[in-house]
Amino acid sequence: MATKKKILPLENRTESFFSSIIDNIPSDRLDSLVVIGIKTRGEYLGKRLVERISERTGIDVTFGTIDITLYRDDFENRKNWPRLRRTSIPDDVQGKNIILVDDVLYTGRTVRAAINSIMDYGRPASVKLAVLVDRGGRELPVQADYVGISIETLDDEMVKVYLGEVDGREEIEIIQKDGV
Amino acid sequence: MVFSKKHILGLGELSAEEIKVILDTAESMKEISTRDVKKVPTLKGRTVVNLFFEPSTRTRASFEIAEKRLSADVLNFSVSQSSVVKGESLLDTARNFEAMGASIMVIRHGMSGAPFVLAREIGASVINAGDGSHEHPSQALIDIFTIREKKGRVEGLNVLIVGDILNSRVARSNIFGLRKLGANVRIAGPATIVPEYFSEMGAEIFYSLEHAIDNVDVVIMLRVQSERKTLEYFPSLREYSGLYGLTREKLKLAKKDAIVMHPGPINRGVELTSEIADDPGAVILEQVANGIAVRMAMIYLVALGESL
Repeated sequence: MATKKKILPLENRTESFFSSIIDNIPSDRLDSLVVIGIKTRGEYLGKRLVERISERTGIDVTFGTIDITLYRDDFENRKNWPRLRRTSIPDDVQGKNIILVDDVLYTGRTVRAAINSIMDYGRPASVKLAVLVDRGGRELPVQADYVGISIETLDDEMVKVYLGEVDGREEIEIIQKDGV
Repeated sequence: MVFSKKHILGLGELSAEEIKVILDTAESMKEISTRDVKKVPTLKGRTVVNLFFEPSTRTRASFEIAEKRLSADVLNFSVSQSSVVKGESLLDTARNFEAMGASIMVIRHGMSGAPFVLAREIGASVINAGDGSHEHPSQALIDIFTIREKKGRVEGLNVLIVGDILNSRVARSNIFGLRKLGANVRIAGPATIVPEYFSEMGAEIFYSLEHAIDNVDVVIMLRVQSERKTLEYFPSLREYSGLYGLTREKLKLAKKDAIVMHPGPINRGVELTSEIADDPGAVILEQVANGIAVRMAMIYLVALGESL
């Protein structure tokens, strides 16, 4: 199958994405802040955010990761589900202010699953959503509070984010599949 | 594709890679039992039947908890309160549950091979919860999961299984699984219940516990199964316990950090002394706790493979 690729380098966009998040956190909320990254790329972005918060404020906020597989809503498509990875959400989310981090926001279904999962650990005071790339195409009423880059895409396009920690490069790839 | 099996019938049927997928999935599942709400919605609306044609407390309870933590609807069937006493066959019983919408069946049966017959004849996924003296895959997966958790690996470890190897489905499943993952397996017990043909499965045979236990990392003590007539194979329980019961003195011959496992229920003073059962090196209750995570993984994975 022939594919067309478009590459957008990330450059300093991730850093300005983190800055815009940190600028908006009220200082009295820092103590009750928990950053949760959605596996796998959201985990690396979340970790970076925690580091930036620590560099700027001196406060080490709690960090967790989440695998949403067990909360998916497409059981009929289960043959293509990925291998289950471990969720590690800090003991007590009750009353905490959570920033949920992911690489790409598309249909909104992953975010729905992640919120349901977090609620099984307790009742947070608030959950905010931070995504590096918003590609539109929502199927559920989900909106991000912080967006790094907004791009227009078509339904037959795939958007992938590559990060240094796992991929050795920093870029967004938009792939158009022919004949899909 | 993560797991390409529709059924889990025995470790003899699974590849090393498939066993590892189950163990890794169980590791992720274990976290669920530490949460405030110990439940995920994954199998909401699916029905699982536990068909137990033999008495069982912990295995059935453990499967039931595992199924409920995945949000499946659970039906329990045990022989004493069923139409089997009215003469219904195994297949007819299973087909009735299938007609009621059950998509996964967990079966324990006194006849070796019963789950295989079921898997061949019905559309639902089948998990073997123990068939005769053939296999008990969930118990062996729990043992191997616990070994991996405690020792950080399975490959290259010396694992000793002691007792009624001949009649033990736990022993067979463990030998299959441990060998596939690269452990060295020793078996020990009276010659009447430790047949030589087990060497063909890759196990090293011993008739003296003192010799067998030398330098082992793991000791798995099997239960003396009075319901499977273990007692007929040696002169007396006292003699058995004297020769093959695990005591502190004998355990000293194993590696210093050796762990002791037992699939339960323990006959205290027979397979092992109370002192050993309550020793920190004994991981028997951890096996029970790990059982839920491992069974959640098994149910989840056959549910993914169910459409195949």
